[in-house]
Amino acid sequence: MSLILILEQVLNGLQFGVMLFLMAAGLTLVFGVMGLINLAHGALYMVGAFAAAAVAGATGSFLLALVASLAAAAAAGALVEVTVIRRLYDRDHLDQVLATFALILIFSEGTRWVFGSFPLFLDVPEYLSGPVTLPGGIKYPLYRLTIIAIGLVVGAGLFWLIARTRIGIQIRAGEADREMIAALGVDISKLYTLVFALGAALAGLAGALVGAIQSVQVGMGEPVLILAFVVIVIGGIGSIKGALVGALLVGLTDTLGGVFLPLLFALMMEPATATSLGASLASMLIYILMALVLLVRPSGLFGGSA
Amino acid sequence: MKALKSLALATAVSALALGAQADTKIGMITTLSGGGAGLGVDVRDGFMLAIEAAGRDDVEVVIEDDQRKPESAVQIADQMIQSEKVDIMTGIIWSNLAMAVVPSATAQGVFYLSPNAGPSVLAGKRCHQNYFNVAWQNDNLHEAAGAYANDAGLKNSYILAPNYPAGKDALTGYKRMYDGGLAGETYTKLGQTDYAAEIAQIRASGADSVYFFLPGGMGISFLKQYADSGVDLPVVGPAFSFDQGILQAVGAAALGVKNTSQWNKDLDNAANATFVSAFQEKYGRLPSLYASQGYDTANLILSALDKADVKDQDAFRAALQAAEFDSVRGDFKFGPNNHPVQNIYVREVIQEGDVFTNKIVATGLSNHADAYAAECNM
Repeated sequence: MSLILILEQVLNGLQFGVMLFLMAAGLTLVFGVMGLINLAHGALYMVGAFAAAAVAGATGSFLLALVASLAAAAAAGALVEVTVIRRLYDRDHLDQVLATFALILIFSEGTRWVFGSFPLFLDVPEYLSGPVTLPGGIKYPLYRLTIIAIGLVVGAGLFWLIARTRIGIQIRAGEADREMIAALGVDISKLYTLVFALGAALAGLAGALVGAIQSVQVGMGEPVLILAFVVIVIGGIGSIKGALVGALLVGLTDTLGGVFLPLLFALMMEPATATSLGASLASMLIYILMALVLLVRPSGLFGGSA
Repeated sequence: MKALKSLALATAVSALALGAQADTKIGMITTLSGGGAGLGVDVRDGFMLAIEAAGRDDVEVVIEDDQRKPESAVQIADQMIQSEKVDIMTGIIWSNLAMAVVPSATAQGVFYLSPNAGPSVLAGKRCHQNYFNVAWQNDNLHEAAGAYANDAGLKNSYILAPNYPAGKDALTGYKRMYDGGLAGETYTKLGQTDYAAEIAQIRASGADSVYFFLPGGMGISFLKQYADSGVDLPVVGPAFSFDQGILQAVGAAALGVKNTSQWNKDLDNAANATFVSAFQEKYGRLPSLYASQGYDTANLILSALDKADVKDQDAFRAALQAAEFDSVRGDFKFGPNNHPVQNIYVREVIQEGDVFTNKIVATGLSNHADAYAAECNM
């Protein structure tokens, strides 16, 4: 195993982590600010990917496709918040899970109704395709580097939004004490719609970015959703910083574990058993990580005392 | 019970006389929603195309969606057998669902004709006289790919498949025929969408080719990422990652890839020409291999119904086993374990206008039977 290969895998882990961060940021904001478990977050990711694929197919422009994914997911998020989610804030988590699970089914079948059952085509634009050679001779796809960059920029933008702007102050205040900021005259329902749409837009962006290198199909959001929940549990619910650290941890653990565990087992047993056992254990690794983090810090790495 | 049966038969016959009710009921359980829906939709559309073309009003088809979940497939099967009283069942796409449904359905005296899934157990130890596989045994296309790899002079393949039973069957099938060495063997997670780590390993492994079995969306993701990574080793796969339903989503990344299939739209026979044009006319898209399997399954049932009543199980079974229908694959016959003995072809992905599709470039294996027939005692 050469150093170059290890570095390349670290980059892969980073890219995966950054993508998870885009998903987890919205999820953790919505949970932190409104106390809402939103299972339909993965559906918004799918909406973003489908909007991007449709616009890219019609116009041929990847930038327009990204804009469309943000707009479509934000609009879908705002619409869902106003019509359904708003009624769930005072209900207990079980009701929220039930209602947002229903939303998953509605979004999935709605998408199938509009776009059909077959995966859509969305490709990396010409100017971002192919590998580039990094210092040290690592050949790495330019598009994946772009995802890392976009994710880090969005992350920085979110920190700035939360820490430095008026809206950010309101969001933080809303997390700390909902009744009090309502009493201070902040329009809480508008704030909630805004936060929800923001989270949805981030999920939609993640869907569009990833859709270009994966398959744009109905149900694509649910596997990512599970990972995003793992991320926010590890990072601490409601914390953007936690989401970032958690996402990178999960991304790196998952990628590096999948590569190195089978190799490690191969030192001790015959290859066929080693690959199959290593692969099985690698897929459990992030849950083991989650359990360990929760053992040491029950409210997550950056979680307040919930 | 016997009295009840003959009463039911009498009712069926009198109903037929009145022309009000079908006397052969076919239950189709397939995947019509969720991630794997494209496959089920194709099987259903191919199947119904043949049924409608036959224009028989004595055959009724009940279609239900299993959502790719074994538990709902089992539930639907129970309901179809016990309250709908179907005579024949078909439709299941996924091997794990087939394993959950088929043994109990055949044990209850229902015929089951598989239009897709062909798990090795049902071809071997747990074969059943009422179970017919019209598509292939799971290993078949992978065996043909292994044989093709030898012909193409590939000596050092990197092979990967998802970590689940059909994935293991796939790599076993490939290795059964392939004589070269292995640069690496990887089991990925089922449903995995990012293959950057695997591609980096392929790049570092010194392989001269890549063989992968990643059905549906997994294959789309892999191929797009592989094309973008700059690794340019030749890729070989089974037809599942290059079928008509997903080629458009993969785009130019798949061009030139060799894949193995028992069917393709350019197979030169009259039945296939009729099928391809009728399918395109009715549904406005090119048929996939899944659609061809659905179409063949329906035509096999219809050919057997012409010879025998489904209630006369022995005669109907013999009629199925004879397989005297015009298959879109050309020659088609069943082996002793009711699985196909057929040619498997090597196809290449090409572009026709702005549509991506396949053309046959060679015959991978001729009159190929599966490796499990010897374990089957019916």
